[in-house]
Amino acid sequence: MIKLEHISKTFEQNKTIIHALKDISLHVPEGKIYGVIGKSGAGKSTLIRCVNLLEKPTSGKIFFDNQDITHLSNRKLIEVRRKISMIFQHFNLLSSRTVFDNIAFPLELNRTPKAVIKQKVNELIALVGLSEKANVYPANLSGGQKQRVAIARALASDPKVLLCDEATSALDPETTRSILELLKDINQKLGLTILLITHEMDVVKQICDQVAVISNGELVEQSSVGEMFSHAKTDIARQFIQSTLHLTIPDDYLARLTPEHKEGLNPLVRMEFTGVSVDLPLLSQIAKEFEVDSNIISAQMDYAGGVKFGLMLTEMKGKQKSTASAIAFLEKNNTKVEVLGYV
Amino acid sequence: MFDFIPSFKPFESLVLYLSHFEFWSDFIAFVSSFDGFSEAMIIKIAQSTDDTIYMVSLSVFFGLLIGLPIGVLLFTTRKGQILDCTILNNLISFAANFFRSIPFIILIVWILPFTALLMGTFIGKQAAVVPLSIGVAPLVARMIENALLEVPKGLIEAARSMGATPLQIIYKVLLPESLPVIVNSMTITLITLTGYIAMAGAVGAGGLGQLAIQYGYISHKPAITDSVVYILVIFTFFIQFLGNTIVKRVTHH
Repeated sequence: MIKLEHISKTFEQNKTIIHALKDISLHVPEGKIYGVIGKSGAGKSTLIRCVNLLEKPTSGKIFFDNQDITHLSNRKLIEVRRKISMIFQHFNLLSSRTVFDNIAFPLELNRTPKAVIKQKVNELIALVGLSEKANVYPANLSGGQKQRVAIARALASDPKVLLCDEATSALDPETTRSILELLKDINQKLGLTILLITHEMDVVKQICDQVAVISNGELVEQSSVGEMFSHAKTDIARQFIQSTLHLTIPDDYLARLTPEHKEGLNPLVRMEFTGVSVDLPLLSQIAKEFEVDSNIISAQMDYAGGVKFGLMLTEMKGKQKSTASAIAFLEKNNTKVEVLGYV
Repeated sequence: MFDFIPSFKPFESLVLYLSHFEFWSDFIAFVSSFDGFSEAMIIKIAQSTDDTIYMVSLSVFFGLLIGLPIGVLLFTTRKGQILDCTILNNLISFAANFFRSIPFIILIVWILPFTALLMGTFIGKQAAVVPLSIGVAPLVARMIENALLEVPKGLIEAARSMGATPLQIIYKVLLPESLPVIVNSMTITLITLTGYIAMAGAVGAGGLGQLAIQYGYISHKPAITDSVVYILVIFTFFIQFLGNTIVKRVTHH
C-alpha cells in the first residue's frame, strides 16, 4: 500500500547539514499495522511526514497504491492526501469548532453536501463512542476523547491509510490501551492500513503486525513483531524490547550480592527467554538432568506477535559444577544467561 | 464617495428629540451656567460625537479591508509557511514598517494631495477617513500577523495533511482559530483610532477632537474640553466592554 524507496532527507540548520533520514526503504502491506519505533530525534517524525509529503524527501521515491506520489502537482497531491489521513500526538483539533464540526472539517474541504456530511459525521461519532459529545468544544474533552475525535476526523474522508504520529504518547496507560484497541478495531473492521511511529515498544507489542527500528535516521532492523521479539538482531531493538519488561533485583538480595563465588553461595541468574527457548520446559529439565533447583525471585513473561518472551531472575541451588553445566545447557537452548553475582 | 452611507446622526437626533420635552429648558438653563455652553453648543457636541463615531466606524472598516489581507500575507509568506515567499514578505513588511513609522499627524498632511485626489476635498469627516484608514491599516496588518502567529503550528499541519488548499487553511483554520485574538486587537485598534481622530480634528476633520481644540483650547472654554474628555472616556470604556463581551463569546478554550 505504501512503499518508501531509498528515502533521504537532509536539513540545513545554522550552516550545518543534518541527515534526518538516510536511505530508508520500507513497505507497508495493505491492511496491516506497521510500527516504526525509535528514540526521540531518531528521525521517525520526519519519516512519517515524508509519507504524505508534509516534508519533501531530499531523494528517494514514495509509492501510494503503486503510484509514485513524490513529484505530484499540488492539485494531485491534495487528492492523494485525502486518502492518507493522519492523527497526531497533540490531537490538533480546531478549538473554534465543536466535535461535530471538527469531524466535518475534511468533508467541508472537499465540498461534500451538507446532508451527506451530517449522516457521515453522526456515524463516525458513534463509531468512536462520542455520540453524547457532538456539540461540545474540544477544550471540554479529555485527552483520550480528543484523540477519538481526531480519529473520527481522520476517517471522514474514507482514507486507505492512517498515519499515527505518536498518537498515544500524550495519554495515560489506560487511555493508551483504549485508543490502541480502537485503532486495531478500525484496522480490522475497515481494512485500513496503519503506519504508526512511537517510542514505546508497548504500543508495537499491542497492535502492530510488523515493526521497523529507526536510529539516527537509519532503519536498522525490520521484521514481523514476533520475529523481532524472538530474534532481535540489533542492540537498540533489544533495548526497546527490554524496556517493556521491568525486572529489578529485590533489595535484600542486592544487599547480600557478592561478585565472587564462595563456598555455600548460589549464583543469582538473569535469564532472557526468546521465542525459541520459551516453549521448552527448561527449568524442570535442569532440575532433572543437573540436579539444579531454581528459586524464582521474579519473572515476567509476555506475548507479542504470536511469540512468548520474557525475563526471569532465579537463584540456582546446586553444586558449583552442576550450576555451570546448567547454565551452558540453557545457553545452548537459546536462553541468554547472565550471572549477576552470588547470594 | 461615501454617498451610499445613510446620514449618521443618532446623538444629534436624540438631542432634537429630547428638546421637545419640558425638562429641556431647565437642562439648558443649567448647562448654560458653564462657560461656553448653550443649546447650540449641546447640539454641536452631539454632532461631533456622531462625526467621531462615523469616522471610527468607516476607518476601522477600511483599515480592516486593507490591513486584514496584508496581515494574512505577512504571516503566510513567512519562511516555512503555506505561501512561503521571502521576497514578498520582505516587501510587505517594509511597507508596513514604513507607514507605521510616520507619526499620524504628519501622515495626514503628507498624503493630503492623495486625499484630495480621491475625495475631491481634504476637509471634513469623509476626507479624514482616507488618512485614518491608511494610518490604521499597517497597525491592523501587524496585529493580524501576530494573532495568526499564535495559532498552533500543528493545526496548519493537520489541515495540510487533510488536503486543505492554502486558501482553505486561511479562512477555515487561521482566521477562525485566531478570532478571539483578532477581536481583541480590533478593540485596541478602535481605541487607537479614537485618538487619531482627535489629531485629525486638528486639521479640519471635525469630530470631538476639533471641538476640544477649537472651543476648548483656542477659545479657552475648559468646560467644553472637559465634556469632550468625559465623552471620549465613556466611548473608550464602551468599546472595551463590547470587545471583551465578543471575545468571551468567541473563545472556546
